[in-house]
Amino acid sequence: MPLLQIKNLTHWFGGLRAVSDFNLNLQEGEIVGLIGPNGAGKTTVFNLVTGAYKPSEGEVRINGDDLVGLRPHQITAQGIGRTFQTIRLWNELTVLDNICIAYASRIQYSLLDSILHGKGYQQEERQIKKRGMDLLAVFGLEEYAQELAKNLPYGAQRRVEIARALATEPRVLLLDEPAAGMNPGEIGDLLGLIRQIRQDFGLTIWVIEHQMRVIMSICERIKVIDFGETIADGTPVEIQNNPRVIDAYLGEEAF
Amino acid sequence: MRKFYLPLMVLLLFVVIIGGSWSGILNDYYQLVLLLITINIILTVSLNLINGYMGEFSVGHAGFMAVGAYAAGLLSVWLFAEDKVFGPPVLPAAWAIPLFPVILIVGAIAASLVGLLVAIPSFRTRGDYLAIITLAVNYIVKSFLENFAPGGPRGFVGMKRVMNNMADVFDAPWLLIWAFIGMIVTILVIRNFVSSTFGKGVEAIREDEIAAELMSVNTRRVKVVAFMLSCGLAGLAGGLFAHWPGGFINPSTFTILKSTEVMVMVYLGGMGSISGSIITAIGFTLLLEFLRPLGVFKWVVIPLLLVVTMLVRPSGILGNKELTDVFPRLRAVFGSEEESYAPASD
Repeated sequence: MPLLQIKNLTHWFGGLRAVSDFNLNLQEGEIVGLIGPNGAGKTTVFNLVTGAYKPSEGEVRINGDDLVGLRPHQITAQGIGRTFQTIRLWNELTVLDNICIAYASRIQYSLLDSILHGKGYQQEERQIKKRGMDLLAVFGLEEYAQELAKNLPYGAQRRVEIARALATEPRVLLLDEPAAGMNPGEIGDLLGLIRQIRQDFGLTIWVIEHQMRVIMSICERIKVIDFGETIADGTPVEIQNNPRVIDAYLGEEAF
Repeated sequence: MRKFYLPLMVLLLFVVIIGGSWSGILNDYYQLVLLLITINIILTVSLNLINGYMGEFSVGHAGFMAVGAYAAGLLSVWLFAEDKVFGPPVLPAAWAIPLFPVILIVGAIAASLVGLLVAIPSFRTRGDYLAIITLAVNYIVKSFLENFAPGGPRGFVGMKRVMNNMADVFDAPWLLIWAFIGMIVTILVIRNFVSSTFGKGVEAIREDEIAAELMSVNTRRVKVVAFMLSCGLAGLAGGLFAHWPGGFINPSTFTILKSTEVMVMVYLGGMGSISGSIITAIGFTLLLEFLRPLGVFKWVVIPLLLVVTMLVRPSGILGNKELTDVFPRLRAVFGSEEESYAPASD
C-alpha cells in the first residue's frame, strides 16, 4: 500500500478550478517532484493535502487513513510535515522555540501541568528542548538557538523551516520551493541536506521546485501540472523529453 | 541558595504589608491603595496574556471583572450576610474565613465561562473584528447586570458586612491577604503557562496563526485555554474588588473606561512582559492617587502620558522583554526557570 495516496483531488476557488482530478501515490522512501508553471496549482495541492484548504472533491489517505476533513494540526500529527513557499517562521520567537513549539502534538503532560510545572512536566520539557537542540545540530544551527528567528540570514531561515517541519515528526515531508532565493552554493548544500535527512529520518519527500537542477538531481519521479491538470508523470529523463512539458513549462533551452 | 531569594523576598513583602495593615501602621488609605495595586496587577498581567502574548486585541476586560465581582459578591452575601434580597445568612459567619477563597474561585470560574463568548468567535476572526466582539461582550455584561442583577444600575451592597463578620471572628486584614495571594498566583500561573511549550503556542498564534496550526499547534484549544485563563483571572480581580472597603459594586464601574485603564497599563508596561505589567500596574495606580488633587484633569494628564510613551517607546516601557533581560544582574535575585540550555552537555 502506498504511504500517501491522493485520489481525484479537485478544488474550486469560486468558479475557478484550481486543481482538477489530481492523483498521486507516494511509496515509502521516495522523493517525488511536483513542477509546473506559476499558478499551475502546485501549492494549492500542498494546501489541500495538509488541510489548509478543504478539498471540493477527492481523497487523501496516509497509510490508508482518510485525512480529508481533519483540522491541519491533526493532519500534521498523522505524519505530514511541510515548509512554506515564503518563509513563515515565528519571527519574534527564538529559533529553539520555533522548533520546540512544533512538537506540540507530541506533548504528553496535561494542561494543569503546563501551569503547575510538576516533575513530569520538567522532564518532558527538558526532553523537548534536547530534541530541539539535536535537530538544530543536524542543520548546523546550534549557534542560533537563542537568536530570534527574524535575525537569521535567509539561508539559515530556510533551514530552520525544514528543521521545524521535521520537529512535527513527519513520515512524509512536503517541501514547497526549498531552494527559492538560494545561490548555487547554498543549493548544493541543500541537496546534500535533503538526501541526508531522508536517510536519517526515514522520510518520504515530496517537493515543489522551480530550479530544475534540484528537481532533476534528487527526484526519482516527477509530476507536472498546468492549470490544475496533470500533464505528465514519469522519471526525470522522461519528463525532460516530454513534448507537452517542454511546451508548457521547460521551454526548448532549459537544458 | 539563589533559588530561595525570590520566594523569601515575596514572603518578606507579604509579612511587611500584612503586618503593617494588621498593626495599623499602614492606615486605611494605604491599605486601600495596596489593594488597588494588587487588583490592577492581576488585571494587567492577565490581559497581557491576550493582548500581549497572543496579540489579540481585547478591549472588554472589565466585563469579565464584572462577572467575577458579581458572582463572588452575590455568593458571599447570600452565604454570610443578612440581606434584603437573600434573607438571613445561610452559613455561620465563622465559615466565611475558610470559604472566602472558594468564593473567589467561583467568581473566577464564572468569568472564565463567559470568556468562552470571546474565545469561540476568535476561531474565525481576529484583529479589529475580535476587538468589536470583546467590546460587545463588555456591554452585554454591563446591561445584563443593570437589568437583572440585584440592585440593578444602582449597584449591589452587603459585601462589607461579610468582611466585617470575618473581622469580628478573627481580626486580620483578610481581603489584603487574599488579594496578595491572588496576585502571586496570577503572576505564577501566567508566567508558567507562557513558558511551557504548550503555552508558547500562544505566541506562535500571534506570530503566524496559519503556520502555527499547520505546525501541529491546536490553535483552537490554545485560544480557549488562553481566553479562559485570562478572563478567569480578571474574574478573580473582580471578586476581590467586590469586597473592597467601599462596600458596593455597580455595573457602571465596569465600563469600557475601566477596560481602557487596564489596556493602558498593559501597553505602557510592554506587551508580552510580565514584569513590565507589574511595574506599570504599581506606577499607574500610584500616579492616579498622586494626581487626585487634579480632579478631572488627571484624565488629561494620563492620556497625555500614554501618547508620550507611545511616541518615545512604542513597544512600552519594557517592550516584550522581562526585567531580567534588561538587567541581567537581577537574575541573581529573581532566578530564571529557563536556564540557558548548554548545547554540548547532556
